[in-house]
Amino acid sequence: MIGHAEKAAPFAANEPRAHWHDQALWFVRLKRDRQAESIPEWEALREAAAAIKAHTLSRIADYLEEFERNAHANGIQVHWARDAAEHNAIVHRILADRGITRLVKSKSMLTEECHLNPYLEARGIEVTDTDLGERIVQLRHEPPSHIVLPAIHLKKEDIGELFHKELGTAKDASDPKYLTEAARAHLRQKFMAAQAGLTGVNFAIAETGGFVVCTNEGNADMGTSLPPVHIACMGFEKIVPRAKDLGVFLRLLARSATGQPVTTYTTHFHGPMRGGELHVVIVDNGRSAILGQETFRRSLSCIRCGACMNTCPVFRRSGGYSYGYIVPGPIGSLLAPLRDPSQFASLPFASSLCGSCSDVCPVRIDLHHELYAFRQKLVENKTVPLFKRMAMAVMTYVLARTWAYSLAGRLMRWTMPRLPRALVYGPWNPWGRQRELPPMPRQSFRDLMKHDLNNEEPK
Amino acid sequence: MSSRVEASGRDAILASLRRNAPPASPLPEAPAAIVYDDPEKQFAETFTSVGGRFVCVASLADIDAKLEKLEPYTQARKVASLIPGVGRTIAGVGRTNVDLAALKDPHELEGLDFAIIAGEFGVAENGAVWVAGSALGPQRAIFVVTQHLALVVPADQIVHNMHQAYDRIRFERPGFGLFISGPSKTADIEQALVIGAHGARSCALFLVG
Amino acid sequence: MPKVGLFIPCYVDQFYPQVGLATLRVLRSLGVEVEFPEEQTCCGQPMANSGCGEYARPLAEKFLKIFGKYDQVVAPSGSCVSMVRNHYAQWLEGWPNFDHLRTNTFELCEYLVDVVRVAKVEGDFPGKVGLHMSCHGLRELRLARSSELMVKPFNKVRFLLSQLQGIELVDLTRPDECCGFGGTFAVNEEAVSCLMGRDRIADHEKSGAEIITGFDASCLMHLEGLIRREKKQLRVMHVAEILERARLS
Repeated sequence: MIGHAEKAAPFAANEPRAHWHDQALWFVRLKRDRQAESIPEWEALREAAAAIKAHTLSRIADYLEEFERNAHANGIQVHWARDAAEHNAIVHRILADRGITRLVKSKSMLTEECHLNPYLEARGIEVTDTDLGERIVQLRHEPPSHIVLPAIHLKKEDIGELFHKELGTAKDASDPKYLTEAARAHLRQKFMAAQAGLTGVNFAIAETGGFVVCTNEGNADMGTSLPPVHIACMGFEKIVPRAKDLGVFLRLLARSATGQPVTTYTTHFHGPMRGGELHVVIVDNGRSAILGQETFRRSLSCIRCGACMNTCPVFRRSGGYSYGYIVPGPIGSLLAPLRDPSQFASLPFASSLCGSCSDVCPVRIDLHHELYAFRQKLVENKTVPLFKRMAMAVMTYVLARTWAYSLAGRLMRWTMPRLPRALVYGPWNPWGRQRELPPMPRQSFRDLMKHDLNNEEPK
Repeated sequence: MSSRVEASGRDAILASLRRNAPPASPLPEAPAAIVYDDPEKQFAETFTSVGGRFVCVASLADIDAKLEKLEPYTQARKVASLIPGVGRTIAGVGRTNVDLAALKDPHELEGLDFAIIAGEFGVAENGAVWVAGSALGPQRAIFVVTQHLALVVPADQIVHNMHQAYDRIRFERPGFGLFISGPSKTADIEQALVIGAHGARSCALFLVG
Repeated sequence: MPKVGLFIPCYVDQFYPQVGLATLRVLRSLGVEVEFPEEQTCCGQPMANSGCGEYARPLAEKFLKIFGKYDQVVAPSGSCVSMVRNHYAQWLEGWPNFDHLRTNTFELCEYLVDVVRVAKVEGDFPGKVGLHMSCHGLRELRLARSSELMVKPFNKVRFLLSQLQGIELVDLTRPDECCGFGGTFAVNEEAVSCLMGRDRIADHEKSGAEIITGFDASCLMHLEGLIRREKKQLRVMHVAEILERARLS
């Protein structure tokens, strides 16, 4: 099984590129810090956000029913999908029933999770991702590498080359302004020709039966104000109880995600366009099972800001693709194995457990604690390879017995300095690939203390 | 998928959620939030920092003269205004030349260079302006299809923070409404900030009074 | 007079005995009655870290048996202390003496600042020193404010070191980024671990540090391993080794 470590190694080995990726994301973390510093009540906001989410999850069925009632009153059609298959079928049916073949989409991690694009494309529907970063990766036939900054892994030259091929921009042109202008014109055509628009949902409001979509580009607005049909897809955990709760989340979201005070557009949909239709698809797809797990349910509070990715020293140096899941980084390292423990068993170990993610998370998910707990779950379920568990069993046997530990230590410190270097630093020694082993002193601390206990001055 | 399947999907999901429900916990109120000594100044600074252009005027009648100083406006061939009396030049060559009421379809907005829209209030902490759907006229797409945007906001309608904002918003139901904070933008190409993504390339704000 | 059990992490015992000695000397110089129970071996973190909780359990039980009788326990390690304070409850909740152990096990610097209440650190330590704020001590024991949190800044380690005459604690570009040790992470994700470590070292170098110090010898072991492989001129010292040259009161 190729896990995170195997994919991360080549990424990290290309040091200039890894440093470039690392710097780009660190910069976003710094912007987040500056914004957070400007809000004296920042930590209180995080606390409130965490509490609102915890409360909401404890009564989520009630809130979803309230949302549905109020949404219906607004003329919104509400659909429910147990899993990805139902979600895709629902979306397809809405489009197919109306003879729609041209769809524009703004960012929705949920639809990526459900693999909606290929499903629709196989059924003759053209799907255009309209977020610039998403359009870029769509044209490259690759997935996004970050949930907020989908093309963060690409240099402007890569994009210039892509646009030259796909959009006819000038060869070797890589100026971001020029390229963005070309994308604007290209996507404007798609918006104008679209027959339906699909968005995600940042927050759904139980109290008013509406929902909020946040963008900087205006692509969600363009895609839902031109064509008459708007489909909005949401994991059920996106619901908040009251409109006023949006105040807490919207103050945290953009600041955490991109270090901006707010996104350019924060659009509140409370009904279809005149002469149009508005559909909301509420999706479970394994989330209710997570809800039932006390250790991991807080991961459902995630508002998909990406701050954990920006701050994670491992993510910054290994890139989103190393995680092999649509949501990478610290939160992805929980969501992915919660969905499929054996496929994603390496992810909870793709962390030094530094805890930076937990400290930036706007909804105070205890990410690194959950990652630690997940490791235990994987071992209990024997998803961790046998030889690793055996190695630990041997270590415990030795460490549980003082005499064995002392002997082993003494042997190690005696033998290692006497072995030829080539043997010590052979392929069996992953520590030694790029590092020297620690010193092997003649006497351990406990050896020295023997003098102390005999009232001699320890050396 | 038939509605019967969907109905059973709904029931199954709700049942699963109730079965897995965590223990009860209280719904908190928002913490005491930042207030500024000079909210108008804070708003102006923040709006400018997100790429907007901030202009103070004494009354609606003063806006036209200021508009004439804005290149996107003077260069605009097609102009629409949703604010009576704004966007008509003194020189008599009426600027607004798009009759929004006559448009049958939002697609007909394409080609609109400059739109003038009323904002209900501004939020000092983030330079956001609340624009209710009813202020967008018959074709709500106007705010995003237009190449350039101008917002007109009364000066005594600046709140300090988002909590105060939500205290005063009354959602039109059914309806539409949004916060606009400056021009559209993206940093998706190597984190280089480009102003003008899919929506307005520029956003001016006239604070009146 | 509280009786203090000296907890010396396994890798300090085996590889960095001088850190253990320095810790002992610092405590004794303050009149602390310290005892080193030699039955101790390891807190079990490598097992727990690998998800093998059941293999950490016997070590936790052994630890409680050995250290449960002390009024306080002090260790020159943030991560091992965090193991006891934050993770032992999984196996030892309800056991006699556990609650006392959990609330009276301290990392050295926090012990000096919060319990002994050291106010003055006198002595010379001329030189440019980079302080590495190891993650467990920082974010689990809160030895300092982490850069992510918007709270009043404080740093218990800095408080002690900055008082030394001639010391220049350099300003790092990233004051508390992880060095990449992470326990078994250092081996399982060797490539990223080493890149993280090299980046930390580069930050210290660029900031002019001649010595890198920290309160967790595990991080220092990883950084020193990289430094020595690249034959860099930087020295690595545990804070105990710096403090043992000073007069604390």
